[in-house]
Amino acid sequence: MTTTSAEPAAARPALGRRAAISAKHLRTDRWWVEPVYTVVGLSAWLIWGLVHTLLIRDYYFIEGPGYHYLTPFFSPCVNVECPPDSALLGRWAPSWVLPYAILSLPLLLLFRLTCYYYRRAYYRSYWLSPPACAVPDGHAKYTGETRFPLIMQNLHRYAFYAAVLVSIINTIDAVRSFWGTEGFGFGLGNILLVGNVVLLWAYTISCHSCRHIVGGRLKHFSRHPVRYRAWTFISRLNTRHKELAWITLGTLALVDIYILAIAAGWFSDPRFFN
Amino acid sequence: MARHTFRVWRGDANGGQLSDYEVEVNEGEVVLDVLHRLQATQTPDLAVRWNCKAGKCGSCSMEINGKPKLACMTRMSTFADGETVTVTPLRTFPVIRDLVTDVSFNFQKLREMPAFAPPPGLKPGEYRMQQVDVERSQEFRKCIECFLCQNVCHVIRDHEENKPAFSGPRLFIRAAELDMHPLDARTDRKEFAKEEQGLGYCNITKCCTEVCPEHIKITDNAIIPMKERVVDNRYDPLVWLGRKIFRRDQMPGYLGGPTQERLPVSEIVADRAGANSPYGDDITFPLPTESLTYEHTKED
Ligand code: SF4
Ligand code: SF4
Ligand code: FES
Ligand code: FES
Repeated sequence: MTTTSAEPAAARPALGRRAAISAKHLRTDRWWVEPVYTVVGLSAWLIWGLVHTLLIRDYYFIEGPGYHYLTPFFSPCVNVECPPDSALLGRWAPSWVLPYAILSLPLLLLFRLTCYYYRRAYYRSYWLSPPACAVPDGHAKYTGETRFPLIMQNLHRYAFYAAVLVSIINTIDAVRSFWGTEGFGFGLGNILLVGNVVLLWAYTISCHSCRHIVGGRLKHFSRHPVRYRAWTFISRLNTRHKELAWITLGTLALVDIYILAIAAGWFSDPRFFN
Repeated sequence: MARHTFRVWRGDANGGQLSDYEVEVNEGEVVLDVLHRLQATQTPDLAVRWNCKAGKCGSCSMEINGKPKLACMTRMSTFADGETVTVTPLRTFPVIRDLVTDVSFNFQKLREMPAFAPPPGLKPGEYRMQQVDVERSQEFRKCIECFLCQNVCHVIRDHEENKPAFSGPRLFIRAAELDMHPLDARTDRKEFAKEEQGLGYCNITKCCTEVCPEHIKITDNAIIPMKERVVDNRYDPLVWLGRKIFRRDQMPGYLGGPTQERLPVSEIVADRAGANSPYGDDITFPLPTESLTYEHTKED
């Protein structure tokens, strides 16, 4: 036995054989429940989002003296077909350009696609790599995130910066919707929009890249007390990142469906003030 | 007192099978107690590795009903009455006999890592740090080296061919521990994590975190921060351009990983009685300083 050989570890045959266990896995619990729920939840959300953004109707609700709600799926509305007062950043995209929120939706999709939580979720449940712990990977070869295209996941940080900009737009939307042509007022839709924006911020800020940029990259917290406090706060939110990822999918869908429902006239928006 | 069927994998590198044993279980017992009862009564030659019986030595790692666990910390009360309990050795590592596997892969990977390196001129005894600065590294010191995380990680569990390129979660927490350490002066740890440890193979599916008996947040607090640090270093457009111009091995501080042959650390295959050192038993003293990854501070 010698330590001086330059032969790499794998080349050594030795006794190196694993236990010959014929069963692919021996888990007895219901490990498949989580991947199934994930596939159902994410697929349903994506299909709904696709249907509503391509349907192009009932995305803007306006009533009385200019009280209005714009669903986040169409914000910022930049298509020439958008109602003029819904457009925050002008209307310049030709009518055949879809979705109407061409500036934000692709970036938001990229943000969530490269999110560390969603990566975990879809690698496990759609790609089966692995479907659950100690259950075998569904693929014969595996290189992880070392090659194109998955190496691009490392650009998540840039998607995060973009998502911050989009969250600012969503915030402006939510605030603007309090003002009609005759001043301040609010209804149930406002409350939903605000709740949604608050949760979107919580999700965005709890991002792992954000945690890193704000303080995680430091070696000496003691020299950066303010960033340390911010990092501590974000770390606390970060432990809830998975929950926030699901909650915000829920609130986005809820707000969108609510606005669709009142814009389509299924029921009317209860107003609490003005 | 309850009765359970224990289905235990018996065999060695040449093959084996699951054998059934009927065994009685008393209140408060753990899986390791039952394995000891089997040894004492029905099958004295059952091989099982253990030491502390307190979840602190990391010896009794095995797979219980398909889940990587410490046998000494898995209570029998977590199983339904009469439930069959299947106990198998760790799948990812070569088996030695029955429930004992050869985990030297992990020590090999550990040995390849450059050790803690304080700034030059700082002597032992002069180390001063603030608690907030070492806090993150301290979480990773809780590791008991049970290698359950290494075992569950699909990168090597399901793809043996990735072993040379991939160090695994236990070594990623070591990398994070040192990179975040206030007194570690090496600047190439991110580069090492990416190039030599294969950090990019991890797809953050979090099984390591799920099985860690010390509840170390391996993925959230070590792997993802290390990935982000690599992004700083590697995918930042300016740094990337720099690397296109200068070859990597010409970059200051780059280290090529030492490649040394792996040593069997298990007693069973050893050519001598008694336990081997994970660092090799043929070492002559004093140690040849060229082969050490430690860096000693010099007197000025
Ligand atoms: S999170 Fe990464 S290191 Fe941990 S088990 Fe999964 S692939 Fe392996
Ligand atoms: S990190 Fe946790 S699971 Fe991995 S070896 Fe250490 S204690 Fe065991
Ligand atoms: S948004 Fe999930 S990690 Fe960045
Ligand atoms: S015997 Fe020490 S951890 Fe189980």
